[in-house]
Amino acid sequence: MIVLDNVHKSFGSNHVLRGFSTRIEKGEIVCIIGPSGSGKSTVLRCINGLEAYDDGSIRIGETRVDRDSKSIVDVRKRVSMVFQRFNLFPHRTALENITEGPIYVKGEPRDRAEERGRKLLARVGLAEKETAHPPQLSGGQQQRVAIARALAMEPEAILFDEPTSALDPEMVGEVLAVMKSLAEEGMTMVIVTHEIAFAREVADRAIFMDQGVIVEEGPAREMLSAPKQPRTQDFLRRVTHPI
Amino acid sequence: MQRFLTDAAEYLPILMQGVGLTILVTIGSLILSTVLGLVWALMRVSGIKVLDWTAKIFVNFIRGVPIIVQLFYIYFVLPDMGIALSAMQSAIIGLGIAYSAYQSENFRAGIQAIDHGQIEAAQSIGMGWWMIMRRVILPQAIRIVLPPYGNIMIMMLKDSSQASTITVAELAMQGKLIASATFKNTSVFTMVAILYLCMSLPLMYLVSRLEKHYATGRR
Ligand SMILES: Nc1ncnc2c1ncn2[C@@H]1O[C@H](COP(=O)(O)OP(=O)(O)OP(=O)(O)O)[C@@H](O)[C@H]1O
Ligand SMILES: [Mg+2]
Repeated sequence: MIVLDNVHKSFGSNHVLRGFSTRIEKGEIVCIIGPSGSGKSTVLRCINGLEAYDDGSIRIGETRVDRDSKSIVDVRKRVSMVFQRFNLFPHRTALENITEGPIYVKGEPRDRAEERGRKLLARVGLAEKETAHPPQLSGGQQQRVAIARALAMEPEAILFDEPTSALDPEMVGEVLAVMKSLAEEGMTMVIVTHEIAFAREVADRAIFMDQGVIVEEGPAREMLSAPKQPRTQDFLRRVTHPI
Repeated sequence: MQRFLTDAAEYLPILMQGVGLTILVTIGSLILSTVLGLVWALMRVSGIKVLDWTAKIFVNFIRGVPIIVQLFYIYFVLPDMGIALSAMQSAIIGLGIAYSAYQSENFRAGIQAIDHGQIEAAQSIGMGWWMIMRRVILPQAIRIVLPPYGNIMIMMLKDSSQASTITVAELAMQGKLIASATFKNTSVFTMVAILYLCMSLPLMYLVSRLEKHYATGRR
């Protein structure tokens, strides 16, 4: 359903993606790991058109992702994004954050959007925080609202860019739990993460990328337990045993 | 003191007419400068080079010419080109355009202070540029923009006296007329100063309240 074919992207003279290709099937959960600066965020940002790519193609179903075309709105409705730093709208309540897209982008009637929004809040375990503003919420709570906001668009896939990296350690679990429940319901997810244990357990496939290309990919459990490439082995050793 | 009070009672009604015109010029040019300033600011942040440069050139142009010269231009030169405006209209338009430059710099700073992640989050739920501005950026920028906006209001109130140079009989001008007819300079100009203070002090109070409100916390 998401197909990247030989995608290239440069920032000035910095060639960040150097022919990135992969296919993500409906219902598949793919984890992308790799060192800092390897282009993981850029891949996600190209998929929903926050960044333009220079060469190759990205398709969501039949639609080609083109940041400068009108069809990008359609792409973004179909593929939501969850950010490392949550990026909730601080001037709106938790519920309003969730209903913003359905009401103002999709034109859903307010009462129906709010009813759905409340259900989504309950789903991420924050039913009682409906009227709270983001600054009043903990990081873990904010990220869960952000996930609900992404779900509210009823997307076909959700992209997660290091969703737990900005969290205090004690809040990582609550966010991963919500993501795991999405996985169990069959949501298509692309997750950039350093949570190797989580990836091993939840993901179908793992991709290790370095310097803008895929170095190794395979079934998550296998590849993250016994990687074949020396670079992957080295990276995993450093992530799981930092000292 | 006794003298001052009797003078005050005598000239206050005329001076109050001036106050009326001062308020009219200030509010009129405040509205115009706000709208124009917002237009320049949005052009500056549009990401479209032509609009950005047009606004930039225009704003620098306005900033580089004294207000009084702009007023003369509108009131005395435009009629030669077939555009005749009343003194009042000229004053409002002149001050409005002159101050739109300051307004736009303030608005632009406020817009650019908003975290870029907000724009990306809004884009990621499918919002277009206008909706992002209206529903995400501007509501957050207001808190940053308001305190300086209050200061601009105070400056505009005082600068409305420049309208006297193109014959608008606002407060400063009324004062000068009365003073030169009666030679009661001290009483008259003291009253003029007090009347300006009566208008600007409440505004200053409002600004400091706003600054405190936004400094201490949310919304
Ligand atoms: N907007 C940008 N302008 C210029 N260079 C950029 C921009 N965004 C990313 N880069 C560069 O592209 C490269 C890849 O960045 P990217 O954010 O995709 O890496 P990453 O794998 O997500 O790293 P991290 O683990 O640190 O998040 C880096 O060298 C980065 O400096
Ligand atoms: Mg990244």
